Amino acid sequence: MGTFAQHIATQPLVLAWVWPLGAGEVWTLACLIVCAIACALPGVFLVLRRMSMLGDAISHAVLPGLVIAFLISSSRSPLVMLVGAALAGMASAGVSAALTKARRVREDAALGVSFSLFFATGVVLISLYASSVDLDPGCVLYGLAELIPLDTEPYTILGHVIEVPRSFPWLLGAALVNVGMITLFYKELRITTFDAGLASALGFTPWAIQAGLLAATAATSVVSFEVLGSILVIAMLVAPGATAHMLTDRLGRMLWYAALFATTAATLGYIVALFLETNIAGMVAATAGVQFGLAVIFAPRYGIASKFVRRVSLSVRIAREDILSALYRTSERATPDPTRLTLASESGLLPPINDSPDVVNGSRLVCALARRSLRSRGLASITAQGELSLTTKGHAMARDLVRSHRLWELYLSRSLGLPADHVHAPSHRVEHFITPAIEALLLSELPANLRVRDPHGAPIPSKD
Amino acid sequence: MDLDVLIRLISFSDANTRVVVIGAGLLGLCSGVVGTLGVLRRRALVGDAVAHAALPGVCIAFLILGERNLPGLLLGAFIVGTLAAWLIALIRRHTRIKEDAAIALVIGCFFGVGIVLSQIIQGLTSGSRAGLDDFIFGKAATMVRSDALTIAGVTVTCLIIVAILHKELRTLCFDRDFGQSLGWRMGILDALVMTLVALTTVAGLPAVGVVMIVGLLVIPPAAARFWTDRFSTTLIIAGIIGMLAAVVGTIASGVLPVPKTSLSKGWPTGPTIILVAGVIFFLSLCFAPRAGVIAAFIRQRRNRSALSESQSARVCSTGNTSGKGVA
Repeated sequence: MGTFAQHIATQPLVLAWVWPLGAGEVWTLACLIVCAIACALPGVFLVLRRMSMLGDAISHAVLPGLVIAFLISSSRSPLVMLVGAALAGMASAGVSAALTKARRVREDAALGVSFSLFFATGVVLISLYASSVDLDPGCVLYGLAELIPLDTEPYTILGHVIEVPRSFPWLLGAALVNVGMITLFYKELRITTFDAGLASALGFTPWAIQAGLLAATAATSVVSFEVLGSILVIAMLVAPGATAHMLTDRLGRMLWYAALFATTAATLGYIVALFLETNIAGMVAATAGVQFGLAVIFAPRYGIASKFVRRVSLSVRIAREDILSALYRTSERATPDPTRLTLASESGLLPPINDSPDVVNGSRLVCALARRSLRSRGLASITAQGELSLTTKGHAMARDLVRSHRLWELYLSRSLGLPADHVHAPSHRVEHFITPAIEALLLSELPANLRVRDPHGAPIPSKD
Repeated sequence: MDLDVLIRLISFSDANTRVVVIGAGLLGLCSGVVGTLGVLRRRALVGDAVAHAALPGVCIAFLILGERNLPGLLLGAFIVGTLAAWLIALIRRHTRIKEDAAIALVIGCFFGVGIVLSQIIQGLTSGSRAGLDDFIFGKAATMVRSDALTIAGVTVTCLIIVAILHKELRTLCFDRDFGQSLGWRMGILDALVMTLVALTTVAGLPAVGVVMIVGLLVIPPAAARFWTDRFSTTLIIAGIIGMLAAVVGTIASGVLPVPKTSLSKGWPTGPTIILVAGVIFFLSLCFAPRAGVIAAFIRQRRNRSALSESQSARVCSTGNTSGKGVA
């Protein structure tokens, strides 16, 4: 641990913790954030349209395009590289679409065929022309974020000369173009994404929107690829969008969330990478993955943990209500003073009651939780003998439950003509979900003179 | 391009060449057969995810072992790769994220972790990455006897399993529900297929590399699909195509001409194998007797002319073009 502290203390970065960071760090962070946002926005649509792997294929397939453009133009003119690589990316998407159309090859296999061939071509070209192509196959895969501050161009802004990283204007341009395209074609994108059939019926052209989206993806991955590398581009295309998808159903909100998560992944990933002295782009991708993992677990609505908590709390509520109504029924049968009835010991499970053998459906844990919540809500108390006993509040609630149950039984028997021995089980399930509105409807269905006894002859308790 | 180099390669007179060609050929055979199962189960790209996830596995194994012990590294790759396949299945089953996004996520994020770890290793071992880069692009040409033996072991295992469970696997690929209704444990069989894919991927990593192993798993089966509709024939043809691509690619990488300015001595072996497989794929796509593009085109032409002949015959015999009242 001591060596780790020393290690941190000797880092120049610790000084940079105090604002302002060095210009190099600020520019690197700016490039990463802009790049992550530029990728995340079209990525949202890739995720929603189930085209994520097409993004993967495109980001691999830009490689031969880059090399060929480089060999033809024999310069590193960014525009030539951009056009060449974007064309190659589009071509790979086209090849896989054509293969899928040939019917013998399914979509996933077609993608695999096309992008591995494109990528292999790229690697062969790089290693054959290594001396004239200024590309290292390794850096192609995992980016050169470390070199951002070293590769700058002077720009004059408002009379000041500023050294701007060479890739920054391109990244900013890609981000702005993506934002502009999405704003401009928001309606078209939304309708073709969620209902392609309706979109074509309304006269939109889904294929044109699709091609535009692919072109944007290709162009963005070409521009980003110098910073992130081709494989990590796919992480930034898909991870923020998927994380946002875990949190919301609304497209507009999803786009904002995706941009937000892209920013946090870039920032946190960069900071951690500086500390660990490791690859920046890799760390950014890993952070985006961790964010997604957290969203999968803790998302309020679709997260695994919250779904589990909801399920458990529903079972606990049902178990609690089952105990309440069982206590009520026993009290009804046994003593004139209903609040003083005891049923089960605190430690053990509820013993079966004569007419309803399954008082509580649920695991031991659910039963224990239900018991606790009965007491903590003041619905039941523990007697000196260690048995559960209804409080006044609990009694009122239990009465309402039994009332709902018996009203439903009556309704089933009268309106559906079910025999009396068929109505208990369905009512036992439904009683937990009868709201005052439903009860009002039931009452309006059942004449007042009948609402006295259920089909088994047990009295239907009145509201008060 | 020297003729004597070609002759030396083909005649297998050189022991090293023999090892490389045999190893690559077995790898091609195995990935053709196993890849067929993946492709037919529509899990073609899970192999890609397994391959990318193998990188952090290799790095973790290296950090634990502290040395470059190939079986150990491959074991790490296998464990983390299987974990990735399992993770994809979990995401698909338990969240609203669809399989494509799950695969892409696993590819990007696991690879990111792998790159991070490999850079940390580079820092620990003062500059050398302990040959971990070889796993990314593959180095078939440096295959040694023990590598080839590993591949041979994996190939034999996979082929035996596929041969024994051939009937069950066919049911899994074409009518999973039927198998389920027979009481067969299709879930376990599915997991077995993924394990075989992971095993083959990992065995192929040192030779073909993380990024391109998916080509070897997908291209031969995709090509074989043009030649036959039968399951067992597909397996055999895919195996043969894989083996052919690997052997021809390995030899070609040694003899193909390189530009004079190039620094490298030959074509990189892994990508060359993939390109040869691609050539075979496009030949199949074009020239396969029934499903090929040219055959389909000729059939279409013949049908059209047959149709127009019968049409004109009809016009001649009845004098009406609507075709009504002919029968």
